[in-house]
Amino acid sequence: MRGALYILSFLSVIGLAFWAYQENYKTQGAIREVRGLNARIGAAHARIRVLNAEWAYLNRPDRLRDLAELNFDRLELIPLAPGDFNSIDRVIYPYPEIVPLGVITDTVDVSTFAMPEGEDPL
Amino acid sequence: MINETLRRPLRPLARILRARDRGEDTSAIEAENLRLRQEAAQDRARARAEGRLLVLVGCFFLAFGAIGLRMGVLANTDAEEPRAEANGNPIIGQRADIVDRNGRILATNFETYALYAQPPQMVDPVRAADGLTAIFPELDRDRLIRDFTGDRRFLWVRRQISPEQMQAVHDIGDPGLLFGPREMRLYPNGPIAAHILGGARYGREGVDAAEVIGVAGIERYYDEVLRDPAREGEPLALSLDLTVQSTMEEVLSGGMALMNARGAAGVILDVNTGEVLAMASLPDFDPNSRPTVLTEGDRGDDPLFNRALQGVYELGSVFKIFAISQAMELGLITADTMIETAGPLTWGRFRIRDFNDYGAELTATDVIVKSSNIGTARIAMMIGADRQREFLTALGFAEPTSIEMVEAPTGAPLLPAQWSEISTMTISYGHGLSVSPLHLAAGYATLLNGGTRIAPTLVRQDGPQDGERVVSEQVSATARAMLRAVVTRGTASLGEVEGYDVGGKTGTADKPRPSGGYYDDRVIATFAGVFPASDPRYVIIVTLDEPVETSGSEPRRTAGWTAVPVAAEMIRRTAPLLGLRPDVDLATLEDITLTANE
Repeated sequence: MRGALYILSFLSVIGLAFWAYQENYKTQGAIREVRGLNARIGAAHARIRVLNAEWAYLNRPDRLRDLAELNFDRLELIPLAPGDFNSIDRVIYPYPEIVPLGVITDTVDVSTFAMPEGEDPL
Repeated sequence: MINETLRRPLRPLARILRARDRGEDTSAIEAENLRLRQEAAQDRARARAEGRLLVLVGCFFLAFGAIGLRMGVLANTDAEEPRAEANGNPIIGQRADIVDRNGRILATNFETYALYAQPPQMVDPVRAADGLTAIFPELDRDRLIRDFTGDRRFLWVRRQISPEQMQAVHDIGDPGLLFGPREMRLYPNGPIAAHILGGARYGREGVDAAEVIGVAGIERYYDEVLRDPAREGEPLALSLDLTVQSTMEEVLSGGMALMNARGAAGVILDVNTGEVLAMASLPDFDPNSRPTVLTEGDRGDDPLFNRALQGVYELGSVFKIFAISQAMELGLITADTMIETAGPLTWGRFRIRDFNDYGAELTATDVIVKSSNIGTARIAMMIGADRQREFLTALGFAEPTSIEMVEAPTGAPLLPAQWSEISTMTISYGHGLSVSPLHLAAGYATLLNGGTRIAPTLVRQDGPQDGERVVSEQVSATARAMLRAVVTRGTASLGEVEGYDVGGKTGTADKPRPSGGYYDDRVIATFAGVFPASDPRYVIIVTLDEPVETSGSEPRRTAGWTAVPVAAEMIRRTAPLLGLRPDVDLATLEDITLTANE
């Protein structure tokens, strides 16, 4: 009985040691992976920053103004003026689409009153 | 083993029999054996206890040994950042961006490289110097060769280089030319809001990194905050609106050119929150390559000089509304009280005149509308020096503005050394007291927003400031009505912008000579206004330095002809950008065509 206990505890020590060894390596692997990911996130951040800076630079008001002037013939962009405001009730609703009437030649034919007995309208 | 397993009996038969034969006592044998047996048991117990002690000692030794060893290892290895348990983002450790109120970038960082040389590692110094001067024409070839062949071990060649230049230096292929990563502060909008942003430069520099520190403006004021890693790169949101700021600068520079002015300044301030939506000073500069401070000539001509904040001027008649509002607040007059305006008003050796003769008396409203110095001075006399000083202090004219810029303390108002009666009279119409346009904006905002104190700020706010009350709502509304009358039938008639209900006051102040006295032909023209006057949202200040309007038969310098048209154009352009809808009957607007059925 006691011997079995010794053997069991010995085996469990071996097992735990093996488990700890594996965990250790797994942790180190995870740390390495995190480091790699962090580096990639950092690179992505740097890229985003560069793109943001470039976006801000390309959209700087001076440049947009010059572009609007250069392309005035095509775009006819002018600065926003008080006259550009309008009230919402002056915007008309689109008219409902009207079904072209030309297809229906004789409206009486499709009315149920004119339908002959026993004939399926469909 | 056998001795232990085979128990020796206490009374061995052979010895007992022999002892009986000899007639001895057999119990002695038994006692003897019992003693031996007990001694043996004692020995075993002691040995086991000693063994246990030994194991325990071993355990302690191992444990303390392990701790000691670990301590030794820790003490002897280089420090390393604990990466695995780092929370937050360890990557964003750089200076935070500055953005406008809508998140558009005003200042950001750009990764670039610095070029340095290590002459001992150089293969061909002369060729390297030739190559470098071909890429960077501003470098001195002879000096480079001298540096590369001398006994210097390290030198910076360029602080920042572009990727193309970096590739070109790579192509030289000299192992003694090396690159260090650098972070560059970039202001993508160029000179827009230059005075507010200030600028940045490198602080402590190493090969692998360099500190970026703010040198002026908000970059310097919030230097610690922007560099704080705990922010994790969260941008600093200013109250500025980039579009409004850029429009203001465009209109201001156009107006400055048209009115032949030396300089110009403009401020647009939210009357309820105190947020500065736009603040400009011309001439300006590009913060990406900040010029050095002008060491000779007039400090006011330095592009780095912020007229809106640091330029303290006698702003003239724009101050009249303060005297009249205070008199109304004190119950001394109402808007319809008749004020004596017959001139000139003589006080000791001083004579106060008006631009025109306005007759014997005017109502208080007309004193403002016609901008009568005499009428205002008489009202100031009713108020008295002490109460006037208290009131102007409450409006913030006695101390530098609390705006978040490092230059703010340099814009301290110039108060008269002795607040005499004549000072009281001249200050009432804006002479003898010098303040910055930003002070004036804050004063107008305080007076016109319903009467509560406003401190201007450059950081985006969430709600209105609940400042202390300076004047009553009633006085505030009357003051707005008076300013509106100045635009509809007074000196600022060119300031009318249809639909925006502009109210405001002009001010034309002679510039003081450095030698004393005033110039005859140099003025500071100011328009201080509020729009819409019925429901105040924004205060606008436009100041032109030495403007001359030459379209007429004789040069005109008064603010009504110079600052007011510029301000009107500014309101026309910026109010729609600020989201203000013109309050007019839309059918009358020429640009709109009815879209129905057309």
